[in-house]
Amino acid sequence: MKLSGAEIIIKLLERQGISTIAGIPGGANLPMYDALGKSEQIQHILTRHEQGAGFIAQGMARVTGKPAVFFATSGPGATNTLTAIADAKLDSIPIICITGQVPLNMIGTDAFQEVDTYGLSVPITKHNYLVRSIEELFDVIPSAFRVACSGRPGPVVVDIPKDVQTAMYEFESWPELGCRNDCTEVLGAEVRKAAKMMNEAQNPVLYLGGGVIQSGASEQAVQMAEIGNMPTATSLMGLGVIPSSHPLNLGMLGMHAARYTNMALEQCDLLIAVGVRFDDRATGKVAEFCPQAKIIHIDIDPSELDKIKTAHASVTGDIAEVLKSLIPMLKSQDRSNWLDQIDSLKKEHPMIIPGADNATSPYGVICKAAELAGDDVIVCTDVGQHQMRTAQAYPFTKPRRWLTSGGLGTMGFGVPAAIGAALASPESTVLCFTGDGSIMMNIQDLATAMENDVNIKIILTNNNALGLVRQQQDLFYGKRYYASNYQKQVDFVTIAKGFGIATYDFAGQGNPEEMLAEALRKRGPALIHVPISADEPVYPMVPPGAANSEMIGGENHA
Amino acid sequence: MPKQTVLELTVNNHPGVMSHICGLFARRAYNVEGIACMPVNGGKISKIWLLVDVAQPLDQMVKQVDKLEDVIVVERHDSGHEVFKGIAQLV
Repeated sequence: MKLSGAEIIIKLLERQGISTIAGIPGGANLPMYDALGKSEQIQHILTRHEQGAGFIAQGMARVTGKPAVFFATSGPGATNTLTAIADAKLDSIPIICITGQVPLNMIGTDAFQEVDTYGLSVPITKHNYLVRSIEELFDVIPSAFRVACSGRPGPVVVDIPKDVQTAMYEFESWPELGCRNDCTEVLGAEVRKAAKMMNEAQNPVLYLGGGVIQSGASEQAVQMAEIGNMPTATSLMGLGVIPSSHPLNLGMLGMHAARYTNMALEQCDLLIAVGVRFDDRATGKVAEFCPQAKIIHIDIDPSELDKIKTAHASVTGDIAEVLKSLIPMLKSQDRSNWLDQIDSLKKEHPMIIPGADNATSPYGVICKAAELAGDDVIVCTDVGQHQMRTAQAYPFTKPRRWLTSGGLGTMGFGVPAAIGAALASPESTVLCFTGDGSIMMNIQDLATAMENDVNIKIILTNNNALGLVRQQQDLFYGKRYYASNYQKQVDFVTIAKGFGIATYDFAGQGNPEEMLAEALRKRGPALIHVPISADEPVYPMVPPGAANSEMIGGENHA
Repeated sequence: MPKQTVLELTVNNHPGVMSHICGLFARRAYNVEGIACMPVNGGKISKIWLLVDVAQPLDQMVKQVDKLEDVIVVERHDSGHEVFKGIAQLV
């Protein structure tokens, strides 16, 4: 066989099972696009910004658990991808960004649209490559897939000079596919020690995170909770591991947790942390996090163990594998005293959802949308107050159905990630909760949503402000609202119409609940505009840097 | 002077490896006091020696280095290494 580098790249991607690639062409990646145009297997999604392409890939990867690929050209194309890549690094999402680069002999000459993509992407990728010869493609492309999905998943950048794409190469056979490596064996002694501590604990709490979802171990995790009757909190990334309605569920912990959740963690004598990294938004002031508890930490990444909190017992390994050997060692226990204690915490310090019954309120619209959306729903958010409200109030039922930018907290994540989710799961309804600050950061890809007729329902709660910033100014900066209120209003309904998207305006005529129902019933992209007040904070709130016991607001006045 | 140790890394030999190693220490705010690098038999692998302070998060740094795709082996020499004794004579 004799093929060009570009043809080899596309064929290798096809062999990896890739069927959708988002991206934007430019001078340095046009050979790849020319080859992609001939592919019958791969559909291309032309975005309006490379960051949008990155988040579309993330949406696909978060829903399927498999690596997703996106394309950008050199220079500004590559720099535009960086936020989406950094976001994937912090949330451990397997995406592969393939960028064009200026020809090898022009690298280092400040050529047109030349930027050091390799150097820029070192700190925000799991690994990155600059391909220096056509032969290397046979190693680099499969390796990129292997690295992205092995162990703790993460983003990979492959930078490919234009002359590598246009070179011709004669070869006899294709390389092996890049697949997930087997994890290192779980050590029996570590598991036995953890099991013993769990069996002996009086007041244990499980703290489950995104790692449980990555490992496909959600059912096992719930089983573990049920055997030991252990109350279960999740990180923001872990929402969906245990159904919200489960009697052992404590919801999300940390900065915007329910009061009873943080209080239960104050009282526990053993914290079993699984697939989590003790993020500061989850732990609050680390020295005062779970002050009475011993800690068991289970994670696939050894560098997470003892990084923030020193564990009394730690188990390194793939969570599904660890739980497979751990669960048979757990004694069935009723722990009725501890569960009674949790129940009274829940009664005395419940999660207050203001306006839950009012579909035009910031929380009510989330509750109403959940009620109307049916079972096959994927919930995506942007970043801000609406994100925290959704995390607090949405009734989650399943893993891989909750897409949010956890670690990096990227405003602009919502719309393109929702498009990616809809492309990966076309039968589902994708709810995208966003705010007027966030949506503006990737609003251009409403055009991509329209063009591909994806089934996303953008629920825009509009307070004409950067709500969570404003809330911090309200609480911690003497109500000096500087640069957080927009001076004039933008007409989002007209904008969405201009993009060719169905619109529903709660400020206009008609019944909001009926509008929402219609928006969800009709297939295709829609924007639901929900005007809200800027003076509705998200409570409870732990001040940044404070202990989780120091919650503001959300008290029970009943 | 704080106690020092030497990390000896065996790595894939290509132009980006040094930036991966140095970048990792820099962005995790861990100071590298000395650095030496040589290809092994001019071939596909190199050795990198790092002279570092034994500060509290050294175990964490070793784990982070070990995660790098291009790092094949990490060894720790708490009693120092000939490489830096040689370099010390030059400065």
